[in-house]
Amino acid sequence: MKQLLILSGKGGTGKTTIAGAFIKLTDAKAYADCDVDAPNLHLITRWNAEPAKTDYYGLPKAEINPELCTQCDQCRQNCWFDAISIDEKYKVDPFACEGCGVCEYVCPVEAIAMIPAVAGKLMLYSDGEKVFSTAQLKMGSGTSGMLVTEVKRQMKSAAVDTGLAIIDGSPGIGCPVIASLSGVDMVLIVAEPSISGISDMERIINTAEKFGTKIAVCINKYDTNIENTKRIEEFCIKKGLPFIGSIPFDSNAVKAINNGQTIVDIDCTSGTAVKEVYHKTMNLLFEKGCG
Amino acid sequence: MKIAIPVDEKTLESNVCVSFGRTPYFLIYDVETKESIFIDNSAAASMGGAGIKAAQTIVDNKANALLTPRLGENAANVLKLAEIKIYKTTTALVKDNIAAFIAAKLPLLDEIHAGFHGHGGN
Amino acid sequence: MPDFMDTGAINMRIAVLSGKGGTGKTLVSVNLAAVSRESIYLDCDVEEPNGHLFFKPEGIQEEEISVKIPKVDNELCNGCRKCVDFCKFNALAYIKNKMIVFDEVCHSCGGCILVCPQKAVTEKEKVIGKVQKGASEQVAIYTGILNTGEASGIPIIKKLLSEENAQASKQIIIDCPPGSACIVMESIKDADYCILVAEPTLFGVHNLNMVYDLVKLFNKPFGVVLNKCLEEENPAEKFCLENSIKILGRIPFDNELGTLNSNAEIAVNKDEKYRELFSSLLNTVTKEVQHETTTNP
Repeated sequence: MKQLLILSGKGGTGKTTIAGAFIKLTDAKAYADCDVDAPNLHLITRWNAEPAKTDYYGLPKAEINPELCTQCDQCRQNCWFDAISIDEKYKVDPFACEGCGVCEYVCPVEAIAMIPAVAGKLMLYSDGEKVFSTAQLKMGSGTSGMLVTEVKRQMKSAAVDTGLAIIDGSPGIGCPVIASLSGVDMVLIVAEPSISGISDMERIINTAEKFGTKIAVCINKYDTNIENTKRIEEFCIKKGLPFIGSIPFDSNAVKAINNGQTIVDIDCTSGTAVKEVYHKTMNLLFEKGCG
Repeated sequence: MKIAIPVDEKTLESNVCVSFGRTPYFLIYDVETKESIFIDNSAAASMGGAGIKAAQTIVDNKANALLTPRLGENAANVLKLAEIKIYKTTTALVKDNIAAFIAAKLPLLDEIHAGFHGHGGN
Repeated sequence: MPDFMDTGAINMRIAVLSGKGGTGKTLVSVNLAAVSRESIYLDCDVEEPNGHLFFKPEGIQEEEISVKIPKVDNELCNGCRKCVDFCKFNALAYIKNKMIVFDEVCHSCGGCILVCPQKAVTEKEKVIGKVQKGASEQVAIYTGILNTGEASGIPIIKKLLSEENAQASKQIIIDCPPGSACIVMESIKDADYCILVAEPTLFGVHNLNMVYDLVKLFNKPFGVVLNKCLEEENPAEKFCLENSIKILGRIPFDNELGTLNSNAEIAVNKDEKYRELFSSLLNTVTKEVQHETTTNP
């Protein structure tokens, strides 16, 4: 099963809009939303049934038992995450705690225990033919990279025999993006022709290159700034990256999305353009003789 | 000589597990004495760094070679430092891969994937 | 022509966040900073910082940000493996009588240093990014940049926020990362007020909901700026009305503004109408903050 990941660097360039279109065009039997912090793909992929939900346990969090605590301050002094404070009682900030166990180790009276903590929810939609794996990270949680990996793992183990999986990624270049990059066969970068968009695109390409996966670039809303669109095309030529198409800004796209549809469900300019990008992506992804 | 293989079940009839770091068990097979030992992989339940921990298990059990379908960067580094050779399994069944290894028909594993870098894996 | 009225509110720390990326956090934070009498702009979107592209700051000073990771003295190490066993992140391995550290997996907790009975494990620094300080007219710009490949930008944000504390009497605008994960929490920790930027799309509202929960959890006073407003029904506006959320202002969907923004131009410096729009917004926010401090001192 080949995995296609859609990334952008910058938020709001259209990853999910394009992922939704690809899923529709390829009648994908396996897809996933790895933007576990702010998942949106489920809003445009119509599923009638409720998903199977699983609690996702992140790192355990330290808890101080005030009955046993002697207020010796060892825990607070040794916490490298500044997660322990004192306000009459010694308390652990669950958002800052990284579950390292140092406080548990240094406490002379065993007043600290590491308690399993739910950091999110995994969701799996399946109907025997196709599967959609997604998750929602609990607000303020860390370990988003781990949850992303779980989303992919869930998709892979539930997937019926299929040749292609589409993965909607998250913005940025940190933990969740690195986790989503592992093991994918190709990354499609959706760029936006703005100075910010170009800067962010360069950083995400930099990150993706470290994984040695195939990378291709397309531009969304290209006609909002033709000059910057040209810049991106030139950048791709210089870097030897395949530039596989441009999609125009289309107010009908917003209408479709707000109706819970993909841009290929209605007749619109962005829908027509994304079909071209889709075909070129598939050709690249499935071409033979490439390492 | 001892070889290690990630396995789905604690039997020689088992399939090779598709994951190294998260495999439930390892088989440690002595090629000369034909003795089999199955050990639990404590790394399977890890939050992150499972490959590293699983590789440590292989090192601690004094295996000379590992047979696996795939391997991440961090785990590969541990094994290379320990001078444990890494071979690529070519079929599903454990015993077929052992036989292939003994017949010197198993290839070395060249493709080390980038790994999950502490973010878990499958 | 209205200008930003100096109401005497000093050291107002305003965080701008959105949940969804691309809604206009940087548009709003850059222009609010530019329209203030004197201000500090903190770019906490350390994975993809963009504010500096608009300000083009000068006199840049850089400071590297590092985290502490372990270093092992193999002469002192006796192979007891207490460190390996302790590490919850599996960042250590013991091979051929040598300890090795996996830098990328290490979470910098210091545990291995503590548990080693031979004192063979000590700290060393690993650079994960940097903070750049510069200025553009009356705005001081602090940009946090995370090196590609590094997992967490939290130490950089911590540094950014501690820097600004050194400066008293200035307006501080914090440009936050998208989402609502731990990195966003870190950015709003010390904020006096949060501006949530919303776009009129289904995705936008869904993510607005998340940061709405976040600011409530942190008990931060907040209001919403509706960006890219069109004639049609605005789902974000509907959300605000349904939840009795203060709407601070509306920025219309405007091709000219879009073009200025995509060319990294600061709108308030290019056209009076944008200066008025953002001055008015800043006035509204200032009043909200003052109201908060008088009702919730």
